[in-house]
Amino acid sequence: MGSLFKISGPVVIADAMRGSKINDLVKIGEEKLLGEIIGLRGENAIIQVYEETSGLKPGDEVENTGQPLSVLLGPGLLASVYDGIQRPLNKIQEEKGIFITRGVDVPSIDLNKKFDFTPLVKKGHDVKVGEKIGYFQELNIKHYIIAKVAGKITSIEEGKIALKTPIAIIGKENVYGYEKWPVRKSRPYKLKMNLETPLITGKRIIDSFFPLSKGGTAAIPGPFGSGKSVNQQDLAKYSDADIIVYIGCGERGNEMTEVLTEFPHLKDPRTGKPLMDRTVLVANTSNMPVAAREASIYTGITIAEYYRDMGYDVALMADSTSRWAEAMREISGRLEEMPGEEGYPAYLSRKLAEFYERSGRVTCLDSKTLGSVSVVGAVSPPGGDISEPVSQATLRITKAFWALDSSLSRRRHYPAINWLKSYSLYAEVLTPWYQEHVSKDFMILREKALKMLQREAELQNIIQLVGPDSLPDKERLLLEFTRSMREDFLQQNSFDEVDCYTTLKKQYLMLKTILSAYEKFDVKLSTGVTLEELMKNDFFKKCSRFKFETEKTLEEELKKIEKF
Amino acid sequence: MFKDFKTVKEVFGPLVFVEGVQNAAYGEIVEIILPSGEKKKGQVLETGKGVAVVQVFGATTGLDTKETTIRFSGETLKLAVSEDMLGRVLNGFGEPIDSGVALVKGEKLDVNSNPLNPVSRQQPNDFIQTGISSIDVLNTLVRGQKLPIFSASGLPHNELAVQIASQSNVVGSKEEFVVVFAAMGITNSEAQYFMKEFEKTGALQKSVLFLNLANDPSIERIITPRLALTTAEYLAFEKDYHVLVILTDMTNYCESLREIGSARQEVPGRRGYPGYMYTDLSSIYERAGTVHGKKGSITQLPILSMPDEDITHPIPDLTGYITEGQFVLSKDLFKRNITPPVDVLLSLSRLASLVVGKKTREDHSGVSSQLFASYAQGRDLRNLVAVVGEDALSDVDKKYLKFADEFETKFIRQGKNENRTIEDSLKIAWELLALLPRQELKRIKPEHIDKYMKKG
Repeated sequence: MGSLFKISGPVVIADAMRGSKINDLVKIGEEKLLGEIIGLRGENAIIQVYEETSGLKPGDEVENTGQPLSVLLGPGLLASVYDGIQRPLNKIQEEKGIFITRGVDVPSIDLNKKFDFTPLVKKGHDVKVGEKIGYFQELNIKHYIIAKVAGKITSIEEGKIALKTPIAIIGKENVYGYEKWPVRKSRPYKLKMNLETPLITGKRIIDSFFPLSKGGTAAIPGPFGSGKSVNQQDLAKYSDADIIVYIGCGERGNEMTEVLTEFPHLKDPRTGKPLMDRTVLVANTSNMPVAAREASIYTGITIAEYYRDMGYDVALMADSTSRWAEAMREISGRLEEMPGEEGYPAYLSRKLAEFYERSGRVTCLDSKTLGSVSVVGAVSPPGGDISEPVSQATLRITKAFWALDSSLSRRRHYPAINWLKSYSLYAEVLTPWYQEHVSKDFMILREKALKMLQREAELQNIIQLVGPDSLPDKERLLLEFTRSMREDFLQQNSFDEVDCYTTLKKQYLMLKTILSAYEKFDVKLSTGVTLEELMKNDFFKKCSRFKFETEKTLEEELKKIEKF
Repeated sequence: MFKDFKTVKEVFGPLVFVEGVQNAAYGEIVEIILPSGEKKKGQVLETGKGVAVVQVFGATTGLDTKETTIRFSGETLKLAVSEDMLGRVLNGFGEPIDSGVALVKGEKLDVNSNPLNPVSRQQPNDFIQTGISSIDVLNTLVRGQKLPIFSASGLPHNELAVQIASQSNVVGSKEEFVVVFAAMGITNSEAQYFMKEFEKTGALQKSVLFLNLANDPSIERIITPRLALTTAEYLAFEKDYHVLVILTDMTNYCESLREIGSARQEVPGRRGYPGYMYTDLSSIYERAGTVHGKKGSITQLPILSMPDEDITHPIPDLTGYITEGQFVLSKDLFKRNITPPVDVLLSLSRLASLVVGKKTREDHSGVSSQLFASYAQGRDLRNLVAVVGEDALSDVDKKYLKFADEFETKFIRQGKNENRTIEDSLKIAWELLALLPRQELKRIKPEHIDKYMKKG
């Protein structure tokens, strides 16, 4: 037991702490505020406190739990809302009212709650480490319990069981339906695999142009108002992951409310069940303590890894990693560490890399189960200028880059992802998948479309100098079609019930129809038909309705165009 | 409870280092008694065994290291709140400066409050009609939203704030707003303007004013908005009022924050502002919203002046990342006598989609989206015309140019007392859209065009 020595914001120093370890969890003062040891100096321990420190005094007691900051993992995580250190916000509300007061001590998952358990092995079976011994029914998913030790099953339960009772005995060891895991340590797996299946999002610019693999990493940087959060929420809504972990890291309280209000009513397009049932929310909003914001990212990724180990495809959204980096900067500043670029600690890029490296598609410990964690991180660069340290460090690690552009959002072109600046390094490894599951020529179309848009940008520059009249008809035709591509294909309304999600097949048909029409019109133009006549064709009018049409109608349109 | 110390060791800028203090609480309020008998307030910024660092609210003139007494109160900063505060004018530290009676003590609340539990928040969903077209149609304000005005020196942001405060109402509801007004470092004449305008509309009786003016202690500005928001939270969540909080000018607040940071010799972030400014600002802006089970609400309208109209400056930049949109005022429009000079393309209301078309007319969403796109197109063409001349444009492009001009003069421009209903505003919008060929109106549902576009 030590005592407080110095208090300055979220960082405090305690003395008489010899014997403590780095990252040990401590409880401070009468209210038992939670903190974590982040430095040791002789008798002194430097502690970051996960709660507001005002009112703390020198001499207040500091108790070391001897344990690192951990999360409680087990059935009951899904559809929950936690703060950055996995305290359930619903329970806090029940106990404390509308404001989050200090020193709240509530269990992260309810160990008295009963779940239905189905064993997968019998008594007497020799289990290996990593083997699934059974599952709990948690909402719509099978929550597998995985053996952590090898040995003979001496007994195993079946039916409704409270989490606090053992579900099996392996050798002489009790096996429970829950476990504790230190958040800063990544969970083990056997092997990392190639990332050859896409995470399908229903967003045309992402799926068709800049796809993300299951197990991959993507960054969405953009200035405020460019739609980072809307994009993140759309991915959480429509992507074809089994489990979504959504981390609201230092962002707006109302954005969490939006998720909490909408997700229980929205249906998972694949299962028809409420979206909330596959979601775990970690909400540490900007006005909640900054040290807990630093921890929230780890809490989220540990939960994601836990479901990955059961063989699920998990997608994690971190909004925003810049606020996480700022939390590190604030703590580092209070520690009076020598700062790196723009005041950020010198270990910023290492921490970011460590976080993103916890993504991946893996073979689990049993050598046969496959699971994945995909990570999408929002970045909020000051003034939208991505030359700053957080964006740069992020871009060095992530493989897909969706560049949000305020000039697009200003004219309400959403999603405001700039097609010239964005990229995805997954396009190549995903080509075989697209060829097999969508169409042989999908990636060829993609390249053609991107080339046309590139050409458009060049032509726009010329127009700015000499006016549109001076362009030859051939190029003006191209401009008409790229405009169509931008407005009728890339623009997508998240708030429209049809347009919010587009299947891959429909995306393909839309793109194919536009490009085929362009080729046909282009040929006509060279046979002497004037541009004015071509423009009278009702294709353009129809094209603007493509978003709302069915796949079948589009197939017919494509046929018509091909005969044209 | 009080403990007195006469052990000031060092005075450095607004900071006072006191020795021999064994257990000052972090954030504790102290009273500083100068040799002249003058009293000042301060707050513990850092505490350790044997030493406390106190930040003084006010000038440190006359402080010495021999006679000055530091009195520790044993409490963090609390404000006594009550409904009697309505109609009162207080200084930046919450003490009455009008001729009224002393405030009867009410419930004492910690001015830093606790964070609102995200689970307790209710999604805002009441459309506030401000009577201003550029706001109601294009950047719709919602009850419980925090929406700042990004302005610059010389622009009429105060007039806009007053117009919003006096015209705002929720259509179909009789509930009116009470105003909590916090001034930070604005001039006396600006403060007088607000008071006079509030008096004219009768809003003054339903307002609480906290005034820290330009010649008041700058460090006190750290406290002023927190007092205002504590009052607002009490009125909204204990007494069921709908509260509109106006905070002006946040730029001065941030400068005080920087002053303390530099006195503490902290490692500065961008442009010398402290690295924790985002967190600090969010502890102000996030104190807005609507809550499950509570009738009242807090809508925040902070005003800040962008240094040199630079929206990437740390103050507007960090603000924009926290607030739910922004109204941006433009010098260019103001110069052309278009007031309120709201640059709609740079402005944004993130919560608009919660009410647009749901609490307003069905065509609102499409019309709004079309106005944005067409006006953006028109503005782009203006640039092009400057290079190649109007003759090089097609007929359609010329129509866009005309549209952009009339949009500014008929839609954006409106009088200080002109209160347009949302239907009025939409009517003007349709008249303007009629200037464009119908096939250009891609963003509006065809059936809405048939229904609302005037024939002929």
